[in-house]
Amino acid sequence: MSTTTIPAGTKWWSGGKSPFNASYGKVMMWYFLMSDAFTFGAFLISYGTIRFSVNHWADPNQVFNAFPFAGHANLPLAFVSLMTFILIFSSVTMVLAVHEGHKMNRKGVEKYMILTILGGIGFLSCQAWEWTHMITGDHKVLVNGVIEEWGTTVTKNPWGPAVPVETLTQMGLSATEHINTPGPIAFGGYFFGITGFHGFHVLSGVVINIIMYIKTKLGHFDQRGHYEMIEKAGLYWHFVDLVWVFVFLCFYLV
Amino acid sequence: MSAHTSSPEVTFQPEHSSGTKKIWKIFWVLSALTIIELALGYFLYAKSESLGYPVIISTKIVIGLLTLAKAYYIVSVFMHLGDEVRNLIMTIVVPLILFVWFIIAFLADGESWKNLRNTNAGSKPDATQQVAPAAVNPGDKR
Repeated sequence: MSTTTIPAGTKWWSGGKSPFNASYGKVMMWYFLMSDAFTFGAFLISYGTIRFSVNHWADPNQVFNAFPFAGHANLPLAFVSLMTFILIFSSVTMVLAVHEGHKMNRKGVEKYMILTILGGIGFLSCQAWEWTHMITGDHKVLVNGVIEEWGTTVTKNPWGPAVPVETLTQMGLSATEHINTPGPIAFGGYFFGITGFHGFHVLSGVVINIIMYIKTKLGHFDQRGHYEMIEKAGLYWHFVDLVWVFVFLCFYLV
Repeated sequence: MSAHTSSPEVTFQPEHSSGTKKIWKIFWVLSALTIIELALGYFLYAKSESLGYPVIISTKIVIGLLTLAKAYYIVSVFMHLGDEVRNLIMTIVVPLILFVWFIIAFLADGESWKNLRNTNAGSKPDATQQVAPAAVNPGDKR
């Protein structure tokens, strides 16, 4: 998308110029994103460690199989695919806004920033629905010989191993009944903690993008002579998409 | 088109191309990779009863590699890191190599905790795969 012609034998480290050939703000945004990557990485690796340390973990296809207005239809992966595509698409509109910024085309930047903001709000709405559905959903769980109805919260995990058929018949229940035992309590904490931390990044990204939109609209970047702020906001927004790629992998796919 | 000087730290001004072809191409690449991942995920779900452990684990590894490919395209093209000078690329990418060891070490730790718990720290060597009891106290950790 852009090429930088650099003369052969350029001495980057001999002083007088930045060895990174990038503005201070952009280099610092990269360092911030790198440290944020370590934060998310630590969360996800901690999740992986606990998941490896137990005999049974919640099956994502069983947990995330609902879709708005679809009732009790079993649709594994469907809703999270929608969320993933919303985020990929808002990443594309963001990179198009940066592209229009390079061309100093204010109207183009405004148009694509609006689309990016809408994508972010769409993603957050999806996540709000998903969380509500998980917390309020009731699933039959056998606790101390009594059947209770649990939602998925940070203290309750109804996604443990299924109750064996022998136990069901002993209790006088039909063998086709879907009743689980309580699963590892860590599941809800990791799920809500990590998707919540990511969702908070999306929320702050939307706020940053709204500020960038307003500044574009007011002509601040035209006065300044460049749209580098859009590039930096774009770096943050793409990072949020990048993290989602890994959250999607760790919680929903494997 | 980039006659503007954005900052004094930029010694060599990049030339920005005017087309958006590459952006859309990467969008389709990312979509295709996601669809392949979803297909593999659905394959694991639909065949979960009949698949052996080696097939399941290798499918999961393939999904992980596809995720890394997506990450590469996002960082390199959408975040334009591929267009930056080598010094900046290295200062970002080299520290992330630490993740290779983090993942190996911590997942091995988790596996080890599981084995210690299942075998009661070695005193019950036969019980490698304990069946979870029918009723667990809700207050129990894990």
